Amino acid sequence: MKWTLALVVTVITALLLAGGWIQSGGMKLHAERAAGTPEEAVRALMADIQAHDWAHAYARLERSNHLQEADFVREVGGSDGSLRTYSSLQSFDIWPVHADSEHATLRVRMNWSSAIGSLDEVRDLQVAREGSVWKVVWPKPNFPDVPLQVLPVNYLRWDVIGRRSDDWGSASVDTPRVRIISMNAVERPDSVVIVGEVENEDTVPAYLNISAALLKPDGSPLSQQDSFDAIAHRLLPKQVSPYRIDFPGARLSQVKSVRIDAHPLLIPASADPVISVESQNVAKDALGRTTLKGALVNQSGQTVNIAQVLAVFYDSAGKPIWVSDGYVEDALLPQAPVPFAVDIPGDVASRMHDYHVAVNHYIAPTT
Amino acid sequence: MLLTVMASYVWAQDPVLKAPGAVSAGQSVKLAVQGHGSATFYLVGPDRVLKRKISLGEEIEIAAEDLKTAGKYEAIACNGGNCSNTQFNVLPSQPAQLIFFLHPSRVPVSSGNAVNATALVLDREKNVVWSSANVNFKIDLPDGSSSTRAVPTTRGIASFAMDSRSRQGKVQVTASLDDVSEPRVIQQVAAEACGLRMTAAPTGRFMTFQTDPIRDCGGNPLPDGTIVSFTKTDSTGRSTVDSPIKKDRAVARFEVTGPAKVSVACGVVVGNELSLGGAR
Repeated sequence: MKWTLALVVTVITALLLAGGWIQSGGMKLHAERAAGTPEEAVRALMADIQAHDWAHAYARLERSNHLQEADFVREVGGSDGSLRTYSSLQSFDIWPVHADSEHATLRVRMNWSSAIGSLDEVRDLQVAREGSVWKVVWPKPNFPDVPLQVLPVNYLRWDVIGRRSDDWGSASVDTPRVRIISMNAVERPDSVVIVGEVENEDTVPAYLNISAALLKPDGSPLSQQDSFDAIAHRLLPKQVSPYRIDFPGARLSQVKSVRIDAHPLLIPASADPVISVESQNVAKDALGRTTLKGALVNQSGQTVNIAQVLAVFYDSAGKPIWVSDGYVEDALLPQAPVPFAVDIPGDVASRMHDYHVAVNHYIAPTT
Repeated sequence: MLLTVMASYVWAQDPVLKAPGAVSAGQSVKLAVQGHGSATFYLVGPDRVLKRKISLGEEIEIAAEDLKTAGKYEAIACNGGNCSNTQFNVLPSQPAQLIFFLHPSRVPVSSGNAVNATALVLDREKNVVWSSANVNFKIDLPDGSSSTRAVPTTRGIASFAMDSRSRQGKVQVTASLDDVSEPRVIQQVAAEACGLRMTAAPTGRFMTFQTDPIRDCGGNPLPDGTIVSFTKTDSTGRSTVDSPIKKDRAVARFEVTGPAKVSVACGVVVGNELSLGGAR
């Protein structure tokens, strides 16, 4: 009786373990480890990247281009506190572009879950046959090679000092003066979107958020939202930032008016780093979408860990019609250009006459 | 029987309260109360209610602590079901404190009626002093000059607005009344950029674009850290950089390999445009 019970418990445990393995995609993973076809090779590589199994992933690569494992890991896993270091591959889709008996090209759409939400990346991967197996030809990454140099950084910073008194009538410092210089309500297929630009008119830095309420004909609020991350929150004196406020599910026909408020705060800030946005161009990407592309160059000496691009698009009358934003997954090393691309909706691309790009950044505190 | 009735009349006489004269906030006061026997005394004020046992015929002393707040007070004395009441006003005492607002703390130069000074006159118990008084405002300007202005209070408030001056710097305004004074400092800052202009000079394969000293229309330099936007447009696309002013100037560097146009702006103010590789 005692042995029977032990046997039953052991069998149930084994069954549960097997069930858990299958449930967690173990079967699929096992199938993906075999690479008898180009798709299997890419699928297996993606599975290894998903599992952060860099050694296995690297072993699946064709290495005629002398790709080093460290470079591969640095590109896929991120470095220097970049956004990619806070990301993991959530899912992927693969479809063939071209194939012959020795070579194939597959397009992969990778969906990364990251610290700022879901990010899509589309890549065309070359796959080559090596005997009976297919291996992915991972392009050798070109990391910036900035020569050793001393870069003097002497931009000023603003500090807020002294005790903040709550006593009524005591001396105080006003919050920064900001002005909403443009605003436009745009209807999208699934939402109403408020887009525009805001300027810090003051001589001190501001931390800024913008909130808006859609008002019904009777004056009551239909919906209230704020700009969340579609704004450069930190604005230096005379700096202009685009903003976008999304109202999912709302329709313009329901809206009588819009109430919009800027909420500035006085904050300590530094004028460093200066990030230039170079070679901005509107072009079509591999999926046929219209994108604004360019490169960010960190002109200062400090690594910028996470950068966000905000672009406002104007019609021929100079009215803002859309604000796109996108994060750059690589850290901005000093003096090294990092490419970026932000989507432009098709209807906006056809009406767009001009645009303006701003850059938001995050630098991890040094310990 | 008659003696008993007379005694009860004498010893249980209804209380009669007599209001005091003018009372200043924070001063003790004595109330006369006629009658015989004991009673319960109530004082109902703007911010408190007191209750205590008293002996009729003796003066009731109300402590200064209980008369801090100016306003209408009601005194009530009750003996059984018989009550007597009286009302009196506690007035603010002498001005002893100024609450002074000078707004805003930063103001662009040469702005009309942009600075508002408001002083509120309080006594030592923080009651608004309603009686009219002259508050003197002394204005010290960045160039060392100063002026004064006397403003009478209305319902305890003295207020005036003034233009910001044409020179940037600190402005100190001191509000004073008798021996009480309150200084406040605000900053007059440069207004929008005026006549924004840049020049270009080659530095290797780059071109360096540098603005002339950036000043407002009154000649005040814009503060360091103010953002100036440079935009280059050429065959490779558009390049922009937001560069902070450093020592009155902003500088940007672009690689220029062919015909290009470069423009400069500071906030909503647009400067000159340079055409490179063609006619300038």
